[in-house]
Amino acid sequence: MPDLTSNTAGIISPNPFWLASAPPTNSGRQIMRAFEAGWGGAVWKTLGQPIQNVSSRFGGIHWRGERAAGFNNVELITDRSLEANFKEMAEVKRLFPKHAVISSLMVETKEEWKEVVKRSIDAGADGIELNFGCPHGMCERGMGSAVGQEPKVNQEITSWVKEYSSIPVLVKLTPNVGDIVPHGLAAQAGGADGVSLINTIKSIIGVDLEKMAPQPVVGNKGSNGGYCGAAVRPIALHMVAALARDPGFNIPISGIGGVTNWRDAVEFIALGSSSVQVCTEVMLRGYRIVEDMIDGLTRFMTEQGYETIDQMVGKAIPAYSEWGDLNINFESVAKIDAEKCIGCNRCMVACHDGAHQCIHPNPDGGLTPVVDESECVGCNLCEIVCPVPDCITMTEVDNGYAATTWNEHMTSGTKIRPKKGSHGYDMP
Amino acid sequence: MNQKLPANRAELVFEDFKKPYSEQQARAEANRCLYCYDAPCIQACPTEIDIPTFIRRIANENVEGAAKTIFDSNILGMSCARVCPVETLCVGSCVYNHMDASPIQIGKLQRYATDAAFDAGLSFYEAGEDTGKSVVCIGGGPASLAAAHRLRRFGHKVTIIEKDHYLGGLNTTGIASYKMKADRSLTEVEWLMSIGGIEVRSGISVPDQMSWADLQAEFDAIFVGFGLGEDSLLSLEGADSKGIMGAVDFIAKMKLGMVDLSSVQHAIVIGGGNTALDAVRELKGLGIDNVTLAYRGGEAQMSGYAHEWSEAKREGVSASWRSQPLSFIHNNGQLTGVEFQLMDEHKKAIDGQTKTLSADLVLLAIGQGKLGALTSELTGIEVEKGKIVTDAHGATGAKGVYAGGDCRNGGKEVVNAVAEGDQAAQAMHTFIMGGGSCRT
Repeated sequence: MPDLTSNTAGIISPNPFWLASAPPTNSGRQIMRAFEAGWGGAVWKTLGQPIQNVSSRFGGIHWRGERAAGFNNVELITDRSLEANFKEMAEVKRLFPKHAVISSLMVETKEEWKEVVKRSIDAGADGIELNFGCPHGMCERGMGSAVGQEPKVNQEITSWVKEYSSIPVLVKLTPNVGDIVPHGLAAQAGGADGVSLINTIKSIIGVDLEKMAPQPVVGNKGSNGGYCGAAVRPIALHMVAALARDPGFNIPISGIGGVTNWRDAVEFIALGSSSVQVCTEVMLRGYRIVEDMIDGLTRFMTEQGYETIDQMVGKAIPAYSEWGDLNINFESVAKIDAEKCIGCNRCMVACHDGAHQCIHPNPDGGLTPVVDESECVGCNLCEIVCPVPDCITMTEVDNGYAATTWNEHMTSGTKIRPKKGSHGYDMP
Repeated sequence: MNQKLPANRAELVFEDFKKPYSEQQARAEANRCLYCYDAPCIQACPTEIDIPTFIRRIANENVEGAAKTIFDSNILGMSCARVCPVETLCVGSCVYNHMDASPIQIGKLQRYATDAAFDAGLSFYEAGEDTGKSVVCIGGGPASLAAAHRLRRFGHKVTIIEKDHYLGGLNTTGIASYKMKADRSLTEVEWLMSIGGIEVRSGISVPDQMSWADLQAEFDAIFVGFGLGEDSLLSLEGADSKGIMGAVDFIAKMKLGMVDLSSVQHAIVIGGGNTALDAVRELKGLGIDNVTLAYRGGEAQMSGYAHEWSEAKREGVSASWRSQPLSFIHNNGQLTGVEFQLMDEHKKAIDGQTKTLSADLVLLAIGQGKLGALTSELTGIEVEKGKIVTDAHGATGAKGVYAGGDCRNGGKEVVNAVAEGDQAAQAMHTFIMGGGSCRT
């Protein structure tokens, strides 16, 4: 039986699944129910001077029958008093001493930071997360992503908190920056014990075409919100990996962004996360989703022979390469399994209109289109659009060329294979 | 013309066998569509509706656009959505069938879109600019209606001559009521006629009350779409007993008014085609406990659709296979049973083997008369086995005379009639605008 215990910068939890700082962690009662359901940790709904929220607050992208494939919100930090929150935090820790409770904080002045850090520690929090990520509302007041987007401010506030904190400090980073790395490094320079990312992405989820106003519409106007949910996962995975593989960055990561199940979690762990945080999927389906996250992760680790979470952390990072270091002589072509093909021609139209015009109608009039392998560039588009599992496979071709990269080709003149899919476009 | 149906009609006991989709259901189903390229469902549709396009429009919440896509190819799209044997046409050809996934319910999506447009009061089309030409459609069924609408869009003056009092033909009087009731067909006719400028002369049969010569004198082109004749009957002993009817005749009576089945305990429908299958299911639905399909071949030899027969079986209809009627047994002229000759697997009589089944009602669904011979006065016309012979576009051998629907194809689906009517209308338009005319 693998050990799911997770250690993120010294914050220990019975499994790597934490609730992210958000509506599901709004109160002690909710967090206790979540722990009972199986969650290993919870990052408290961000504490600060209580705010007043608007209604409505959420918007969803309903994509071809799927409700809320993407999600956004214009909700701010806690609207409850610090007293109530810290009292409940202490109660949660008393009843669930082995679960991780992380106090998410967002205040303005150094004095305020000192106070909320102390009160978090007094309440028994296992760690502190600095909310430098919120991209709506709070940033207009000089907090949240307004801090996260300025490495100097990020570093300075982090160092204040470190000055006052005896427990691990995570800095929650905003993805609303050009390159995440300097921001992770700033947190590290400020003394952070770890980072968590990503916070939500600044977004307009949609437009109400009758009111002609951005959604969610508050009365007759809307504001930009924070985008999250399954749709943002690729962006989050990249940002986590970008930090994890940076040689100058060497503090732990708690991964966030579109985690919906155990598989998503393993992907974040493989790209360098020690724990993962989940919000949207819980908002859509409830705390109970953690049951299969635990079960699926346990089975995966057992099957693959992993005994601890740490053995998987960053496991895919060595294979995360620069484009210029990819083997440019690796060649694959699409193969269509005529036994499985249902004749929808999706591959054919995709290849013709969206790729390299190398899938053609069957010359014998059969159901299955044919691939002109001499022109197939191995782009994968047909495999992506094919609705039948394992019908199209990308198959490696031995072209006789030794493995080499574009960078090697440019520096040492190594031989690269001829281009395919040009169809005479190359004018002499 | 009088298009009003009596309020108390026997068919009103039926509910739609296929329930309409709600908006949510329609959108979910539309989102499942793979949007195939060069889709087999289009090829399977006689009217070649651009099915992937209309389904995508439903998914994209452009339901009116979806309806327009349907009507562009099939102006009777509302009833075809209900009455088409989609299991053997579009739905049967959906690529999902090849991967053990349930095929897209194209008929139900088509109903959703066309009903929504209809409910929104959209009719989409206007008559074309007047061409000064004049055409006539003989018969008021689906083929003629499709032809008339298309010809009107081209700007020709259009007249429909109908021998009965209801338009819609078998779409009104012959569709199994659990698929569509007569009033729905008439509603659609009214909707279609709202293009305006289509004159209807009802209660006139051609050529008895209006001769071909008269028609040729009055119109530039003629579309013959008068369908099929009366039910074929059997000249067997006892065939004049009370309780024996043609199935098409029975269905029409049930759809347009009341039928008295209070004394019927055992009903037998003789035949193995789709009219027979409609009739057994209708009798069952009308409350007759004992309904038997008697067919001279075996189950696999029936020309009726397997999906209809499996529903009939599920509803409790029994079958007497390889049974050919020999004589009708009666008591003082009232039918009491049928004696059958038993047949072998090649539909040949097995010597000396007969059986008798009780019956108070027998419906004969063994075909309808072909009316091609009614055109014999037209010079150049060709009729084969009672069907009017045309080229691929519906042109007959007689100048300016076109044909479509059951009188040309011998009796197919509504959708085939629409396709042939529409196609012929386009050929007629080309003929007329090229200076052709059948005026003598």
